[in-house]
Amino acid sequence: MSTEIPITTGIFTWPSDSPRLLGSRCVSCDNHMFPTQSGCNRCPSVETETVELGNRGTLWTWTVQAFPPKAPPYQGEVDPKKFKAYGVGYIELPGQVKVEARLTEADPAKLKIGMEMEMVMIPLRTDNDGNTVMTYAFAPVGA
Amino acid sequence: MASSDDVAIVGIGMHPFGRTEGVSGMDQGVAAVRAACTDAGVAWSDMQFAVGGSMAAGAPDTMVSKLGLTGLQFINVMNGCATGGSALFSAYNTIKSGMYDLGIAIGFDKHERGAFRVDTKGANGVDWYGGTGLALTTQFFGMKINRYMETYGISHSTLGKVSEKAFRNGSLNENAWRRKPLSEAEVLESTMLSYPLTQYMFCSPAEGGVALILSRADKAHLYTDKPIFLKAAAIRSRRFGSFEVLAPSLSLEHSAGPTIDASKAAFEMAGVGPSDIDVAQLQDTESGAEIMHMAENGFCEHGEQERMIQHGETEITGRLPVNTDGGCLANGEPIGASGLRQVYENVLQLQGRAGARQVPNNPKLAYTHVYGAPGISGVTILST
Repeated sequence: MSTEIPITTGIFTWPSDSPRLLGSRCVSCDNHMFPTQSGCNRCPSVETETVELGNRGTLWTWTVQAFPPKAPPYQGEVDPKKFKAYGVGYIELPGQVKVEARLTEADPAKLKIGMEMEMVMIPLRTDNDGNTVMTYAFAPVGA
Repeated sequence: MASSDDVAIVGIGMHPFGRTEGVSGMDQGVAAVRAACTDAGVAWSDMQFAVGGSMAAGAPDTMVSKLGLTGLQFINVMNGCATGGSALFSAYNTIKSGMYDLGIAIGFDKHERGAFRVDTKGANGVDWYGGTGLALTTQFFGMKINRYMETYGISHSTLGKVSEKAFRNGSLNENAWRRKPLSEAEVLESTMLSYPLTQYMFCSPAEGGVALILSRADKAHLYTDKPIFLKAAAIRSRRFGSFEVLAPSLSLEHSAGPTIDASKAAFEMAGVGPSDIDVAQLQDTESGAEIMHMAENGFCEHGEQERMIQHGETEITGRLPVNTDGGCLANGEPIGASGLRQVYENVLQLQGRAGARQVPNNPKLAYTHVYGAPGISGVTILST
């Protein structure tokens, strides 16, 4: 049977019942960044700590990726016949940061700036060993 | 009266933009250099220094093997989408400093087809950002204009009109790539690539070359009857809180982007304001970018573009002609050459040599603006 594996380590907590993105918080000015980085891009501090970011927020802006990205770097489906458009947006996590993410919704009529979104895990591709490579996305709440 | 520390453009050359099979990017640069030398009535051996920029078509200084091995100072610059602007900026400062009297800024490129491929590998060598389909510059432009349209009331029709203008102006430009006029409806009905932007609202990576010969202003009369003076050249990177291309996260705070900073710096340097400008070339990676950049460069308030564009104010015959040569939309974007193309067009306009697309009433002050990854802007102001 297929095993689910993360696309990389260090960007989210998963496997988990409640996966979260991992970011950096500046210990000096509370600025939040994603992904993690050493040093703050807001103040001169070089001291940051890794924190779990919130898993709910509001859609700040969005678009729909309607053509297959180039591979590499893209790991998902690039065959124009099989490619399915996907949403891309920034989700504003209250008090923290806006994170860029794939959206589970790709219909412009169903996407609205300001709508409530929550983090989910989605399959990206099947690798050569038959594993399902997983990544993070955001989905409209209650959809 | 020009003072000795002013800088003039005394010769311009271009290799047509678009796709030229069988001619390398560098050879397109060489062609531009030769055309610029002819325009100024000088020889390559008269060049005291050169600054060259290219992203994907090789190290510019190797072109001396074709132009002539004269031993001149030749510096390569690489500065993302502001590479061409940076070559000009460096040449400007080299003359301004008093080091040399005559030199050349060169930009050329040749890119593969389709959206730019971006490498965003993380520290562990895994490119999760590109791997998951987020590292596309086209997405940023879609997301920025989508929010802007909702915030400031810009219509889809206005996006279409910007492209319609670009292709109409391109049809009047013998060096442009896309010279077939398209109607607003054809633009709006073309394939949706990155909502709300369709196929004909995006420029494409392309090929081309531009060269500009610069001289000390007080010696410009040796080369041309109509020297064009470079009154300002400014480049700015992004500050905390700005919304830029290829950003996995954005801060909650908002601040002015690099375009606003570069624009203010250039206007201060030149001692003029936006209302003084007679013709402007603004970065139009896609039609929404031209709209947003009109406000970011100080030419109107946010939201005013809807009325201005619907009323034709940015047409060649309008109050503020924008992208008179068809911009990136009609010319494509060879990164190394793109910023220099804008300056080339403004020199033609200010010298009254723009032919069918000449801005009427003898324009005297012209503006250029480039923007691109990873959040960089370059502005120049030229005067007669």
